[in-house]
Order: sequence, then C-alpha cells, then structure tokens
Amino acid sequence: MTAVKIAAEQVNFFYGAKRALQDITVAIRPHVVTAFIGPSGCGKSTFLRTLNRMNDLIPETRLEGAIRIDGQDIYATSVDVVALRRRVGMVFQKSNPFPKSIFENVAYGLKINRLANGRSDLADRVEESLKAAAIWDEVKDRLHEPALSLSGGQQQRLCIARALAIKPDILLMDEPASALDPIATQRIEELIYQLKDQYTIVIVTHNMQQAARVSDFTAFFWLGRLVEFDETRKIFTAPAEKLTEDYVTGRFG
Amino acid sequence: MERTTPHFHEELDALKARLLEMGGLAEEKVRLSIQSLVERDSALVEEVLAGDDPINRLHIEVDGRGFMLLALHQPVATDLRMIVSAIKINTDLERIGDLAVNIAEAARRYLKHPPVKPLIDIPQMATIAQTMLRDALDAFVRRDPALAQVVLDSDDRLDALKTQVFRELLTYMLQDPHTIEPGLDLILVSRHLERIGDHATNIAEDVIFMVSAKDVRHQTLDDRPIR
Repeated sequence: MTAVKIAAEQVNFFYGAKRALQDITVAIRPHVVTAFIGPSGCGKSTFLRTLNRMNDLIPETRLEGAIRIDGQDIYATSVDVVALRRRVGMVFQKSNPFPKSIFENVAYGLKINRLANGRSDLADRVEESLKAAAIWDEVKDRLHEPALSLSGGQQQRLCIARALAIKPDILLMDEPASALDPIATQRIEELIYQLKDQYTIVIVTHNMQQAARVSDFTAFFWLGRLVEFDETRKIFTAPAEKLTEDYVTGRFG
Repeated sequence: MERTTPHFHEELDALKARLLEMGGLAEEKVRLSIQSLVERDSALVEEVLAGDDPINRLHIEVDGRGFMLLALHQPVATDLRMIVSAIKINTDLERIGDLAVNIAEAARRYLKHPPVKPLIDIPQMATIAQTMLRDALDAFVRRDPALAQVVLDSDDRLDALKTQVFRELLTYMLQDPHTIEPGLDLILVSRHLERIGDHATNIAEDVIFMVSAKDVRHQTLDDRPIR
C-alpha cells in the first residue's frame, strides 16, 4: 500500500447555501509536490484551505466528509486548530511579512511556540530556516532591516522561511509565485523542488506550466469537482478525462 | 536570462548522457558486425545478432525523456533545439543498430561460402562510415558545427565506393554464377554501410541545427534560417 499523508473522503464544502466543493476524495502522498489546477472558482483554493482549516475563519461555512492527516481526522472536535496549523504551514499569494525586521519575522513563530532554547539557538534556527528557503545569502548581512525593504520575491521566500521555522510537515502554497517576476518565480519553483524531500507540499496554481514543472501529482478541479488526479506526467501527456485534456491544452470555454 | 530551473538542466544532461550511451552501443555494434565479416568469425556474428536489447531499451528511454521534458518544461531556444535534435538523433542511432544487425545477417550467409574476393573496399567503406558516426557524435558532444560539416562532406566518398563495390562484384557474378549468392550479400553489406553514412549525415545535420539554428537539409532549397 502506498503511503498517504492527507486523505480527503467525500468532502463537501459550503459557503452559506452554495456548495463550493462536491464529493472530493483524494489521497495525497508524503514528500511529493501535489499541484491543484483549474479555472477560477473551481474550488482549488477552497480545498487547499480545508487542509489546515483556514476556512474556519470564514463565517457561514460548513464542511461535510472527512479530512485525515496521518490518519487523524483534522475536523474532530478534539483537534487543536492552532497545533494543526503548526503542522500544516501555509504560504499565500501575496507575501505578507510582519512589519518587523527580517530576523523577527522568522523568530516570531519560534518565540510564541517556545521552540528555541535561548538566544543562540534562536539565531541558529532562524539561519537554518532562511537557508532552507534559499534567501540566507541575500539577507545575512541585513537581518535587522525591515522585512518590507525586501523585494517581492525575497519577501515571498522570507514567508516560506517563516513557515518552515516552526517545522511543519506539510506546506500549503496558494499561488506562491503569481505576483512575482519570472526570475523570482524560478527561484520559488526550484525551492519547492528542493523542499519536497523534507515536506509534503500542496500548491495551488493558475499557471499550468508551473504545475507541470514543479509537481509530481496534479489534481484538476472544475466547478467544485475533482475531475482527475494523477501523476503530473500523465496529466500533461495523456490525461484520462476529456475535460482535463481540454483544460491543459487551452481549449476551455 | 535562464528561464528554466536547475533541475531541468540536470534532466537535460541526463538525456544527453543516455543518448551518448546509445551512440556508443551503436558504434560498437557496427564495429563488431564488420569485424565478424572481415575476420570470418561466425561466433562474433552470433554475438552481434544476440544482443539488440540495450539499444532498444535506450531508444524508448531517450524518446520518453525528451517527450517528458517537452511536456513538463516548455523548453525554448537552444534547449528546445537540443531536445528535438536528441529525439531525432535517437531514431538514427536505433536504425544504425538495426543496420549493424543486417550486416551480421549478411555475414552469416556469406560465411557459408568461400570468399568471393579479398575484401578491400568494404572495410574501407566501414572505416568511413564509422568515422562519420564517431565524428557526428563528437560534434554533438562538443557542439561543433565544423566537425558536423566534415561528416556531411564525407558522404560522397561513401556513395562512390558503394557504386564501385557494386560494379566490381557484378563482374565477378557475371563470370561465375557460384559467386552470385555471396556477391549479393556483399552488395547488401555495402548498401547497409552507405545507409549508416546517411544516418550519420542526418545526425550531423541535426547538430548544425541544434548549435546554429540553421536547417542544412536539402540544400537545393537554399540555406534557410528556421521560420
């Protein structure tokens, strides 16, 4: 049996009366990159946000079905949502560093979660995270400058470093490169490729080519349904569904 | 600007390495098939005929790698030309492997007869064909269009030798019908060697296209840049 990190079973999700996800069942493997693709409004971001219960923050929403991470139902009443989000980190479309120094952005999560033993351990962990996010060389001499003085691509990698600092095992990325230029995008893509050895990564992207380049598995969503889920190489060379074929070849709507 | 990611370039290098491995196997196969004929070595004939699997496996693997790189990485410019060239060269190398098998098959039949004549032109053709193949592959590795041009220029000599072999064997066959069967096999071998030269020429043309984006095939249509 293949290992499963995240298992969704018959997931339905509602914004008020509107059903945004219909019967999503999917098994996401550990230590691979899984991409969610599909046109706007297809439910890919909504589904991504169900994986660390970010949708809980939106009023009038409701989820049916089950989502299990390492076998544990993350919607069970006993689940500590804060602890869940520590395990399931997230990086957003728009980089959103805190209006603090570069160092403090990464140190913050470590401090509030009491994950560091003293100042030197804290500094070590900040450095380790910045290195993992491939931004250390660019910021090591300016750690105490404001994070907002960084370029957009650097800010995004800082946000990835911040997410990595508290050692999640899953990283959710919602359009992490859509606001970046091609060079910054390439760095993020290469970073994603490098990080998959240590993390399970799920990425939502509008950019099909990006999904093709960075992911191992691809899920195609359409009108709230999961149309096809398979190896990326299969989705982009010989998809099983006509709808997927039409979407990836640009013959859609 | 490097549009693509380092892991794309690793994949590209792997494609190149596998293609060269295939080239090495094809070269070796041609060498052994000719050696088996010239040295009248039946055991070697059977050895050549026994193993085509590694080339066939690589044929499929190289195509698969090229196909995936195109589908997943949307390569452009020099990367695009390299992958498309690799897929085409792959086909030529596979055909060269098949032609070596054909030579060994002809050798197997030929060795059942006494020699028609001392082999002079055929070994010479083999040397030219093998040199063309080696140079074409070296030109690919070194991205050297000048060396590729040397390959293109060698093809006429090979064609001329083939015609010469045909005429000479024809006179033997007209004089003594016993030489018809083995004589035809030698003509076939010369034809296979000439075809190997043609495939080496294709490879050389692909190298020129890969390096300089010029399509030098069918020169009567002028030296056209790609459109």
